[in-house]
Amino acid sequence: MTSSMATVSYIGATILFILSLGGLAHPETARRGNLFGMIGMALAVIATVFGPQVSAGGLPWIIIALLIGAGVGLYAAKKVQMTQMPELVALMHSLVGLAACLVGFASYIDTSTVFPTAAEKTIHEVEIYIGIFIGAVTFSGSLIAFGKLSGKIGGKPLLLPARHILNLVGLVLVILLGNWFLNTHSTGVGMTLLLLMTVIALAFGVHMVMAIGGADMPVVVSMLNSYSGWAAAATGFMLSNDLLIVVGALVGSSGAILSYIMCRAMNRNFLSVIAGGFGTGGGAPSAAAGGAEPAGEVSPISAVETAELLRDARNVVIVPGYGMAVAQAQHVVCEIVKILRDKGVTVRFAIHPVAGRMPGHMNVLLAEAKVPYDIVLEMDEINEDFPDTDVAIVIGANDIVNPAAQEDPASPIAGMPVLEVWKAKTSIVMKRSMASGYAGVDNPLFYKENNRMLFGDARKMLDEVLGALNA
Amino acid sequence: MNLLIGVPKETFAGEKRVATVPEVVVKLVKLGFAVAVESSAGEAAHFSDDDYRAAGAEVLPNATDLWARADIVFKVRPPTLEEVGLMREGATLIGFVWPAQNPELMERLAAKRATVLAIDALPRQLSRAQKMDALTSMAGISGYRAVIEAANAFGRFFNGQVTAAGKIPPAKVFIAGAGVAGLAAIGTAANLGAIVRANDTRAEVADQVVSLGGEFVKVDYEEEGSGGGGYAKVMSEGFQQAQRAMYAQQAKDADIIITTALIPGKPAPKLITAEMVTSMKPGSVIVDMAAEQGGNCELTVPGEAVVRHGVTIIGYTDLVSRLAKQSSTLYSNNLLRLTEELCKTKDGVINVNMEDDALRGLTVIKDGTVTWPAPPLKLAAPPPKPAAPPVAAPKGHGHGAGAPMSVKSLATVFGVGALLFLLVGLYAPASFLSHFTVFVLACFVGYMVVWNVTPSLHTPLMSVTNAISSIIAIGALVQVAPPLADSVTDRPDGLILFLAFFALALTAVNMFGGFAVTRRMLAMFRK
Repeated sequence: MTSSMATVSYIGATILFILSLGGLAHPETARRGNLFGMIGMALAVIATVFGPQVSAGGLPWIIIALLIGAGVGLYAAKKVQMTQMPELVALMHSLVGLAACLVGFASYIDTSTVFPTAAEKTIHEVEIYIGIFIGAVTFSGSLIAFGKLSGKIGGKPLLLPARHILNLVGLVLVILLGNWFLNTHSTGVGMTLLLLMTVIALAFGVHMVMAIGGADMPVVVSMLNSYSGWAAAATGFMLSNDLLIVVGALVGSSGAILSYIMCRAMNRNFLSVIAGGFGTGGGAPSAAAGGAEPAGEVSPISAVETAELLRDARNVVIVPGYGMAVAQAQHVVCEIVKILRDKGVTVRFAIHPVAGRMPGHMNVLLAEAKVPYDIVLEMDEINEDFPDTDVAIVIGANDIVNPAAQEDPASPIAGMPVLEVWKAKTSIVMKRSMASGYAGVDNPLFYKENNRMLFGDARKMLDEVLGALNA
Repeated sequence: MNLLIGVPKETFAGEKRVATVPEVVVKLVKLGFAVAVESSAGEAAHFSDDDYRAAGAEVLPNATDLWARADIVFKVRPPTLEEVGLMREGATLIGFVWPAQNPELMERLAAKRATVLAIDALPRQLSRAQKMDALTSMAGISGYRAVIEAANAFGRFFNGQVTAAGKIPPAKVFIAGAGVAGLAAIGTAANLGAIVRANDTRAEVADQVVSLGGEFVKVDYEEEGSGGGGYAKVMSEGFQQAQRAMYAQQAKDADIIITTALIPGKPAPKLITAEMVTSMKPGSVIVDMAAEQGGNCELTVPGEAVVRHGVTIIGYTDLVSRLAKQSSTLYSNNLLRLTEELCKTKDGVINVNMEDDALRGLTVIKDGTVTWPAPPLKLAAPPPKPAAPPVAAPKGHGHGAGAPMSVKSLATVFGVGALLFLLVGLYAPASFLSHFTVFVLACFVGYMVVWNVTPSLHTPLMSVTNAISSIIAIGALVQVAPPLADSVTDRPDGLILFLAFFALALTAVNMFGGFAVTRRMLAMFRK
């Protein structure tokens, strides 16, 4: 295959990738979009393998590497449970980050590259430096995110006393090392500097994600998604490969937009997220005591009474949260929805953008349970319908239904858009106990007069509700 | 020459309405008419003679004077024959007349060379006529009142409540007939918090039932019951059987039944049998709004509330009169709208224009000549089932680039961008710039494409972008075994191969795993 053929194939692959993302605009075209992505990837890989940049001797190695990777990847994709999607995605981000690092190092020690001018050599080295930096941050950050999401590391934010100064020192150090790296001519010194920088970058990634609480995970996951894209783009610059640049930019901007949407859904500043470490200046955990203490009694309700309320209702809205995913309750919820819909009750789902641990997490779980996607609505679509709703059931969600966001300007989550379940005639909150949510804020919803608490494991309670409905 | 509008006191027993309220008197005077009201005409509806005087009407002490002087008489109920006797030769009468039911009255009025506009003969399907549609406004009031009467006789709350003292289930209300009265009853009962079910032989009203908060109960039988002009028609035997079964079912379940089924010119259909009443829970209530036409329930006693088998059956025929102030106000507004149509010149003179579809329908006697029934309107009634085009709301995904950025932040972004580009332009070599161009454009393409992704697919989006980001494999591929020039000797081939091989395996996990898991997820999304 000639160089021109390879380039043309790359253009084809680029178009296919763009179509792939475009296809995700609607569930009906999404499957085709995924197919476009696969074809694009196959085209790119084949064009490279048989292109001018790979000699025949490498072929066996390539095939072995691909086979190993494919085996592991396909196995993981098959075995993963839908509730574990965030973990899987985070883990995969870390792979991209690590790969970017490795390619960067390989590129640095590759002496075969010839540079016509000194400026180009410098640029190349800057690209390597940045590529490895982003790759390393993505790698360690994603690993920590994976640990947090899978429960291997505690969800509580770890806040070092001088974390902003630490970050700043790290950044300055990276820049200084970079300057030194560009001016050295010895590959040995350069390598040491690169490794040193990588260690700092790894620490930076760890520190950044450790400082983020469990409820803010959707932002982190989409942010790391973005970083992995930028890592690919940086690698593209490093290797002067436009395909890598384009795809990296696509992925990077996609992740950035997702993070932006998530940030807006939580009323947080995009920039403070990118810098890492939530809670700058009166943020969530530190100001938990600032909110007014809600007072009053909570009224518990039994599963049987819940079933009765549901049976008499005409309009039901279900608000799922991470608790539903943890309890694996989506299938029971689906059964209940089916029964209610057969009775002529209008049942809809209200999805808050940051419900769950990654963007769109709840949608995937509900889709897995075979809930038709046209009754699963976004916050903006359904919020104004709550006054006409007879029963709103909150399953394992807390902060996204907290009225303090609207009512209490002193609350740490003030201004965050929330689902207005308290406007429904009756709201039922399913919860294990009265503990506060990840943001560490007490929820005045629980004390509202029209709110009932259904204490217990979501799965068990919903099973009981289902039983009572069938009785 | 200003015409005098006369408003006599209604003589029908128990009738509390009055054809014109003081508020409307003011407007009639503005149209150029003089208004005379019989003393105490509005008393039962809580409008005193003084109110009328204050509004600019003359109050006449007795009916004889009024009928003798009035050029136009506003009535609610059809006039009695005695009243027609008092009427001036050639005068105009506006009010309910029911020409089909009152042939003798029609004869007498014609003999008086009167012009009669029967508000009940209004062609209701004309949208222009709606403002004059007294049948509708009265039916709405009676539907409301029927629910209030039912609530009064019913021993429980309408709305379900969960109180400290225990849980109260909501009342179940079944409404037979979803005409204007039925719809008003549905709305009222639903607003009180009851669970409302309703049935009508005309399937097209199902949407209206639902829109008011009711649930439409279908009869399990295929037949269309629209009889033209917005009324129902008599249904076939098979249908009636299926309907009876449904009513029997509803009777057992409902706490309150309100029946409004009327077929024009025929006795009301007997929907609720004595047997069904027996099957109802004790303490239940039936409000039979068709009592005047014989009732929809076999046990109804017109004009009375009776208890049979523990069920209160309300057969009041004066539901509208029980809300006299409200109904008088609405009725007189209907008459005012009619008067405006008759007197477009606003000079106190009426012109009964027989070319006007609405007026033609209303006019049952013109200068002593019976003109009833009016020829059917050429204008087609709305098709029974308008195929409502699904409104494709051109709504974004909720986030889209909603409000445009403020000028200030836009300027900041542009400023920073310009500065960055300036720096790049100053220092970067040409080969870098071509890549940079591609990079910036790709960012924009990504931005445009990704905003279109529906939020429900954000997880698949992440996993697919994740899979795509394994394009970094290309980077590893070109490092595995590049065709080297012979001059290159010091390349650490082994180490690079090791690094590239490892990177390639990692990205392959991503590549295959990412696409496969996306595929698996997307397969689950279904309608």
